[in-house]
Amino acid sequence: MQRETLIWTAVMVLGGLVLLVHAVRVGNGRVYVREVTVADVKSGPVVHYKGVPPSLHNEADVSLSVPRTIGMWIAALCTLGIMSFVLGDNPLYKLMESIFVGVSAGYLMVAAFWDEIVQNLLKGLVPGPMRDSFLPGLEEGLNPDLTYLAPLAMSVMMLWRLSPKGAWIARWPLAFFIGATAGFRLVSYLEADFTQQINNTILPLIVYTADKSFDVWGTIRNVLIVGGVLLGLVYFFFSVPHRGVVGGLARGGVWLLMITFGASFGYTVMGRIALLADRLQFLFDDWLWLIDPTMQRVGM
Amino acid sequence: MKRTVPMVIAAVTGFVLIVSYFIPLTEEWGSIAMQWFNVLAAIAFVLGGSNLMRMNLQKISDRRPGWGYAAVTLIAFLVTLCVGLLKVGVQPTESFPTNAWAAPYNQEGSFLWWLYEYMYKPLQATMFALLAFFIASAAFRAFRAKNPESIALLATAFIVLMGRTYVGGLMRDVLPASLEWLSFDSMTNYIMSVFNLAGMRAITIGIALGVASTSLKVLLGVDRSYLGAGDE
Amino acid sequence: MYEFLKNLDRRWIFLLILLAVAIPILGEWQFPEKPSPMVQSVFDAIENLPAGSDIWMAYDYDPGSQGELHPMALAFTRQCAFKRHKMYFMTLWPQGPPMIQKNIELLIKEFPDLEYGVDYVNLGYRPGYEGPIKLAVIDLRKTIAADVDGKSLDDLPMTRDFKNIQEVDLIVNVSAGYPGTKEWVLYASTSYNIPTVAGCTGVQAPYLYPYVPQQLDGLLGAIKGAAEYEFLLLEAYPSLRENPKAQEALRRMGPQLLAHLVLIGLIVAGNVIYFVGRSRGDV
Repeated sequence: MQRETLIWTAVMVLGGLVLLVHAVRVGNGRVYVREVTVADVKSGPVVHYKGVPPSLHNEADVSLSVPRTIGMWIAALCTLGIMSFVLGDNPLYKLMESIFVGVSAGYLMVAAFWDEIVQNLLKGLVPGPMRDSFLPGLEEGLNPDLTYLAPLAMSVMMLWRLSPKGAWIARWPLAFFIGATAGFRLVSYLEADFTQQINNTILPLIVYTADKSFDVWGTIRNVLIVGGVLLGLVYFFFSVPHRGVVGGLARGGVWLLMITFGASFGYTVMGRIALLADRLQFLFDDWLWLIDPTMQRVGM
Repeated sequence: MKRTVPMVIAAVTGFVLIVSYFIPLTEEWGSIAMQWFNVLAAIAFVLGGSNLMRMNLQKISDRRPGWGYAAVTLIAFLVTLCVGLLKVGVQPTESFPTNAWAAPYNQEGSFLWWLYEYMYKPLQATMFALLAFFIASAAFRAFRAKNPESIALLATAFIVLMGRTYVGGLMRDVLPASLEWLSFDSMTNYIMSVFNLAGMRAITIGIALGVASTSLKVLLGVDRSYLGAGDE
Repeated sequence: MYEFLKNLDRRWIFLLILLAVAIPILGEWQFPEKPSPMVQSVFDAIENLPAGSDIWMAYDYDPGSQGELHPMALAFTRQCAFKRHKMYFMTLWPQGPPMIQKNIELLIKEFPDLEYGVDYVNLGYRPGYEGPIKLAVIDLRKTIAADVDGKSLDDLPMTRDFKNIQEVDLIVNVSAGYPGTKEWVLYASTSYNIPTVAGCTGVQAPYLYPYVPQQLDGLLGAIKGAAEYEFLLLEAYPSLRENPKAQEALRRMGPQLLAHLVLIGLIVAGNVIYFVGRSRGDV
């Protein structure tokens, strides 16, 4: 066994032991639920289980949830499994990655089915059966909306892509999709991101305050914005060679873009750190019970 | 037929949506097109899932390297799909207490909720959190003050990184009012709302023109790349 | 030292970042904030509306961005609840409904006097990226006819006479990417002049500044924006000081501070190595 592998194995075993001792001593990672009866029907009461803070574990209708407690430990394993990638690609990470891909594809399909195919397509085509099954809230006597036959046909054609022959059939719905996207984006981008942006840049280059005195900072600000936008646009204008005056202006544009990208970098770092903090807080708080910033376990 | 009809469909759909934006009488046409669009967007998820299944089945049957992971993906996919479509563990709601099928598919306590809460959520959240490590490593190795432009980038990043923390605002307490703008948080606000705004606006205008020209090329049949190559 | 840093195993950097984030979390560091004008404008946009205004809560985010966005989403919900605004929750992200559910649970727990269907409604998720926005601004029922529990919008008091998003007084968007703030600006706020405020991830924030203030009344940039926003909320509603859950983003600024300092240190160290190496002819 290589030295490094040996060290990591020892670290893992030691870590596991510490976790075990901690779990036995503290009993961390437990999840409690409250039994809530939402309705009473012929077949019996309809009961929902709502998660509650562990500090309420002594209350009468609160009990330990075994599936959710197991879930909490699996969630911790998933977190650590993905984090293990920092040590290099490894089987645990690959396993977690495979689960993630599978669960996420399944989840998206389920969401698409219940939230659009049932809620709009099937409701439009067969409102009666939908009212009797999945959508009891639908008003009675709704007539089928035959315009939905078109997306139904296009859906079948789209799924034809999976068949070994006649994949060209899927081009028709794809063309509809692409055409629609092009249509609504053409107008909206020109309106919001072109004309409106130009409109937003038409600013007074000499600014006065409400009491009619000269506003130095406001003036500098507006001049920089208008000048900056123009410099940036010159840099992106490649129909004229970037030489002479144009070259000088384009260089100014490069400087502006560098400042812009520097700001983007700073914000990106901020975002990534926040995500890591969220995961570590989950491990320390929800799983290991090392901290209790939201007072979930007061008195335990 | 295999290429002309799709081009006509794309052009007609696109122009209907453009016209519906400008002529209120045709607004309904645009709405119908968008309803169809949303259904197709949902079907795209179904197609994506089916493709994933096909590819992984192929990998398993060919016993290609890593087929075991493909099997895990497939199992995870099928389990999620089944429990979600069958609404396993979903209880009726107060609104319709005798019909569990009417309840939300991701209701708290359901199997799909469990998969989301205890598997999907930690996996996805940690996947994105990992980037914190790699962005730090990349900054250490690649962020070099090689020329004046990169110094501008570095200096801005430094100011913004400081300005977006508690330390960034501390200088405001020390500096006299006339020099408050020198504090990191003030400078960050200025950079964001002046330099960044100007740079990003130039980029936004450029992108808008790009989107408009690409869209027009698709609608006029000049760009046919979405049809793919060949007849099949 | 130079040789050590030059050939530094990147796992040391990972460890450093891990510690920089972990130590403040374990130490529960928390700092006061100084709200920026941008955050103040977001706060004012909601605060200055008359009580009972209609607010469209477009929460377009998923677990991958919840570390940045969830605290600000909860803060938006709290402020709207304090102001007794009517909230219409919706998401364009398939992973979004559980995020909305957390906000609904907050309302049930912290504002028990608010009633579902009267003060807030959960309209759930619709696929189609920007498609549902295009429909909902013209006729909401063309894309959403029932809430997440299957109740018809015609049977809920607050949606009975609600035709489309043009009727709302403000759109509050929490965005993790596409579809998100840009799409709400493109297809709702600009086209139909609907006042909009947004909170977004750090990656998106710089790209959205060109829309402020003409197309977007204000913008919260990532966790720092959320922390400043929570601070304003605590100032305006002191009862929240007793609620540690209302200070989630403020707590996150501890790890943020140390990690940013470590990152700056790493960049400086990397450049020192570079310049020393260049003077030695190594580069």
